[in-house]
Amino acid sequence: MATAAETPGYRRIYVWEFPVRLYHWVNAICVVLLAATGFLIGSPIAIVHSTEAYQQYWFGIVRFTHFVTAFIFFFNFLVRIYWGFAGNRYARWDRFIPTSGAKVKEIFEVLRVDILQMKLKGRLWIGHNALAGLIYFLTFFVFLFQSITGFALYSSMSSSFLPGLFAWIVPVMGGDFAVRQWHHVFMWFFVVFAIIHVYLVFYHDYVEGRGTTSSMVGGWKFERRDVLDERVGHNDHRDR
Amino acid sequence: MEKMPSLWQAMEQKGYSRREFLQFCSFAAALAGIEASGIGSVVEAFETKHRPPVVWLHFQECTCCSESFIRSSHPIVADVLLDTLSLDYSETLQAAAGHQAEKCLRDTMTKYAGEYILLVEGSVPMLDDGIYCTIGGRSANDILQETAKDAAAIIAWGSCASNGCIQSADPNPTNATPIHKLVDKPVINVPGCPPIADVMTGVVTHILVFGRIPELDSQGRPKEFYGRRVHDTCYRRPYYDAGMFVEAWDDEKARKGFCLYKMGCRGPVTYNACSVTRWNEGTSYPIQSGHGCIGCSENNFWDNGPFYRHLASFPGFGIESTADRVGTAVGIAAAAGVAAHAITTNIRKRKLIDETMDESAEAKRKGGDA
Repeated sequence: MATAAETPGYRRIYVWEFPVRLYHWVNAICVVLLAATGFLIGSPIAIVHSTEAYQQYWFGIVRFTHFVTAFIFFFNFLVRIYWGFAGNRYARWDRFIPTSGAKVKEIFEVLRVDILQMKLKGRLWIGHNALAGLIYFLTFFVFLFQSITGFALYSSMSSSFLPGLFAWIVPVMGGDFAVRQWHHVFMWFFVVFAIIHVYLVFYHDYVEGRGTTSSMVGGWKFERRDVLDERVGHNDHRDR
Repeated sequence: MEKMPSLWQAMEQKGYSRREFLQFCSFAAALAGIEASGIGSVVEAFETKHRPPVVWLHFQECTCCSESFIRSSHPIVADVLLDTLSLDYSETLQAAAGHQAEKCLRDTMTKYAGEYILLVEGSVPMLDDGIYCTIGGRSANDILQETAKDAAAIIAWGSCASNGCIQSADPNPTNATPIHKLVDKPVINVPGCPPIADVMTGVVTHILVFGRIPELDSQGRPKEFYGRRVHDTCYRRPYYDAGMFVEAWDDEKARKGFCLYKMGCRGPVTYNACSVTRWNEGTSYPIQSGHGCIGCSENNFWDNGPFYRHLASFPGFGIESTADRVGTAVGIAAAAGVAAHAITTNIRKRKLIDETMDESAEAKRKGGDA
């Protein structure tokens, strides 16, 4: 029987550190809560009423949830930005920007696999593949946009410091109505993103066979030993 | 330079009693949001300060601002402001006409240069050299620039002068432009279509009493009147927080006076004092009368339609399309695409699994050899 060292099996790699996983799930919960409460605020459902107005407060609670979640979402986002400079190389800021030819090539490879459903040639980067990274980079801009517009709308009913920082966007966009409209439009971005994101995680879990789905729970991903040996030889996974 | 008499002197001349004068001072103080202890300074200001002459220009507008102004809740305020405020030039209200009127304007501008208050009602067309609005053969912009040069303060009455209002609605055929974009002096924007009469007199009072323009927000509106949303002080607000909404104009909930949010009420995005001062001597305001706010004091309110829906039509997708409809369509398309993708993936699954089995078998064989 072969020894473990000789078997070209899989080796596990600690890809997602705890702060990254925490960020991911806090963000996921926040986005779901924000979209759900946001949608309700946009078009509240008709709740049968037999009571007087002072006896219920459900819409107030929905709005309160939205606002509290927004603060958590915002600071969670800031922590993730910090971790982009403090975390391991899979969490680093440059994973989100196609800074090299290899990354651009990988983007096309992922498009080929995802859209044309062709067989994966070689291996994708063990962290975010280049296309995923780029898409997440774009979502950060949407996060930023939603934070700015959300806090700007909130600033008129708040005297606290943070929302006031964003009040300038209201005259720029031409009034609360327009800000609210665009804040609402981008809610749909999150809905569509969530559908495609969750599906692609499952799809890549299957295509790559490296534990993509569970990695965001435990942090481990798996790579074949022979691939890793080859990569170390080329110093590939460091410098790309 | 010739000085105008003070407000008190002017009132005395017209036969008002001291009591009536003090009454007026209290009204004015209340309107400008000055606390009771400050009434003394209002009295003093009206006794000693000479009345600033006022020039009131009319450009692209419907005169609803003037109509609103002369219907101030407290007749004494409107009376006195109109009687004794030295309204030297106002196309609608002045007795003079033609060359006489033009002479009034010219006299005021030369005699009181740097002292007169300029009130502008209406937007200024800038397309084709402003040919779409001319008075006495001169374009609106020409007149505005000349009068604005030596004005002590400029007030833009109404939405037309503050943000362009209906004239500037898409496609804005005359390039109707609000005043603050044309003059390089600070302009007090008093938007609304029309603005509330008491807000108008309040702004004028502030300038008369304090001799300076009131504190303005980022859009040039006096904070004391435009600091809060109609929604924040609306008497139907408790229904909003309780989630009790009118669903149709003729339903039970409309009769009970529930919140009009779902009927497109713009209260939550409109900054004005309607729900505080109300209209027509404090009688009512749109929401109290059962109709949602249309946001007439907000930028672009005319293009943010339909008024009876909360979200504007989404540009490029037809009149009935809101962001929600477009979003739902995109969401369904994404879900359908994902489903189709999953189906084709599963069809190809066998081949992929076979290949992977080969891979594993090969690996096992290699491992065995070693």
